[in-house]
Amino acid sequence: MSKAINIVSGRVVPLKETNVDTDQIIPARFLKATSRAGFGKNLFRDWRYANDDENQPRAEFVLNDPTYSGKILVAGKNFGCGSSREHAAWAIKDYGFDVVVSSFFADIFRNNALNNFLVPVQVSDEFLDQLFAAVEKDPAVEVVVNVEAQTISVPSLGLQSSFDVNNYKKTCLLNGYDDIDYLLSIKPAIEAFEQQYK
Amino acid sequence: MAKTLFDKIWDKHIVQQIDGGPSVLYIDKHFIHEVTSPQAFQGLEKRGMKVFRPQQIVATADHNVPTLQQHLPIKDELSRVQVQQLITNCKNHNIELYGLGHPFQGIVHVIGPELGVTQPGMTIVCGDSHTSTHGAFGAIAFGIGTSEVEMVMATQCLMQSKPKLMRINVEGTLNKGVVSKDIILYIIAQISASGATGYFVEYAGSAIRSLSMEGRMTICNMSIEMGARGGMIAPDEVTFEYMKGRQFAPGNGQWDRKLEQWKELYSDADAKFDVEINIKAEDIEPMITYGTNPGMGVSVAGQIPGEKDIDEKEKPSFLKSLDYMGLKPGTGIKGKKVDYVFIGSCTNSRIEDLRLVASFVKGKKKADDVEVWIVPGSKQVEKQAIAEGIDKIFEEAGFQLRQPGCSACLGMNEDKIPAGKYCISTSNRNFEGRQGPNARTFLASPLTAAVAAITGEVGDVRDFI
Repeated sequence: MSKAINIVSGRVVPLKETNVDTDQIIPARFLKATSRAGFGKNLFRDWRYANDDENQPRAEFVLNDPTYSGKILVAGKNFGCGSSREHAAWAIKDYGFDVVVSSFFADIFRNNALNNFLVPVQVSDEFLDQLFAAVEKDPAVEVVVNVEAQTISVPSLGLQSSFDVNNYKKTCLLNGYDDIDYLLSIKPAIEAFEQQYK
Repeated sequence: MAKTLFDKIWDKHIVQQIDGGPSVLYIDKHFIHEVTSPQAFQGLEKRGMKVFRPQQIVATADHNVPTLQQHLPIKDELSRVQVQQLITNCKNHNIELYGLGHPFQGIVHVIGPELGVTQPGMTIVCGDSHTSTHGAFGAIAFGIGTSEVEMVMATQCLMQSKPKLMRINVEGTLNKGVVSKDIILYIIAQISASGATGYFVEYAGSAIRSLSMEGRMTICNMSIEMGARGGMIAPDEVTFEYMKGRQFAPGNGQWDRKLEQWKELYSDADAKFDVEINIKAEDIEPMITYGTNPGMGVSVAGQIPGEKDIDEKEKPSFLKSLDYMGLKPGTGIKGKKVDYVFIGSCTNSRIEDLRLVASFVKGKKKADDVEVWIVPGSKQVEKQAIAEGIDKIFEEAGFQLRQPGCSACLGMNEDKIPAGKYCISTSNRNFEGRQGPNARTFLASPLTAAVAAITGEVGDVRDFI
């Protein structure tokens, strides 16, 4: 299955929290796995369940609210701060999200997300507020993210904004390429560098 | 053209520059540990590849190891499997491992510097955000995700966009009772938990120069807590003195040549930074955090901000955070009862930290209802503490001296703070649930933690010295 990603559209899940750190996204005690699979079930574990018990979902937490669904997570400023654990990106992707929208992303999280074809869409504080307001008014409102055009829009309200992604990373996302594929392709250059450098 | 310290190192490590994209950055040293490496090895094996430069990797087990009875098999099955997986992977790929039982084992950011693996001018990465610690030696050091761990294993390179540069100057003389942890908690409180996102920070100024290498490591360690990719300090005589004679530091034949190179590692007088921040050392007091991100810090003698001091948009998060901590806006923290004291982590578990705590608690006893865990950063720190009789001081005070590991900093092993309990911790993060589900964390310096251990409450070290 190709990992390539371009247009993601549909309903969104609003998480109106700022400074969402990777310990909240996936607590450390769930990092003992030695494979990449299955982290989605513990996504936001301690916000989702009371007393660490899957039989005690916290009704007020957005992932437990049947009103909201979709492949696009919309969150407050400074999303993904803290630990470098890529497990955070794996958990979000494994849960079923393809896009995270925020007005600010922590650097390491952004890289980890891109390496897992989870698109970090950074918008202005104003646009983020408009997005939260739109989904509050109509939980079924459709949002469209277009990687190739670098746009995010709410067609029914005529809202649109652009987002940054460098050309190299865009090519990777659109074609399903990994950084590692590229690095392996230039191995002779790396070896030549080592010769002159040492 | 005038260059910054960062530029000098960065430019020397560029293999290739991609048009309109990132650079291919060559990595000198790669540290790995049991938690963020297994999936990277798996990825390599799936491609049928071997590690490209195994001699440039150093491995240790730290995040997920018990801190009591390390000679016994690990009780928790998942943890045991993960640590065993690291042993197998290192063996298969010919990587040096300082695992449990090895005299060099310890927290990855403690052992790298103390062994002399970490050196000025290097590029250093590790699948851990606190890799910024190594920047204290004048290296470009930063945390990476597991996909990137795999890239470095496969090619010794990473794709990186050049970050913007910030310099933070701390000038002046530190007040009595103020140590390096207070400096960094103060800086983060000033610029917020996201204030340096997108930047690489150089710390400079007379107050920074006056610090020991241990103190500098504490500062650089917490760069990530304000969002910075990394932090660094130009190497100087203090650095060179620390490096000399360490296990993997350049030997006699190499030393003089290396030293000449290291002495070139500083920001030129007219080098340009994207942002400069000036801080007066005299303004810094002993600090403590009251909330659930490291930017929520105040002077120990000060007060939590009132509701009216908080921006409307930040208010829901601010109140939620205080609710989690069981604290009220506009109140003081001094005198607040604590249940646990944790002295450890890659921020503050080095020999100097233990000496500082010992000097304060010598001849004193811990408060009755407080549990005190001292977790040394490495086997070498533990050995040194015992050699200096520091273990006896802790024992007499009623503290528990445990074995090296990340421990209660992130509560991956059994060292968790129970729900609802307060822990004053010398670690780096006070996030919700970080030290255990519903645990409440106050971040502070080893001195302020020592005060709490003795009195059972948050106190101002200046009242005692």
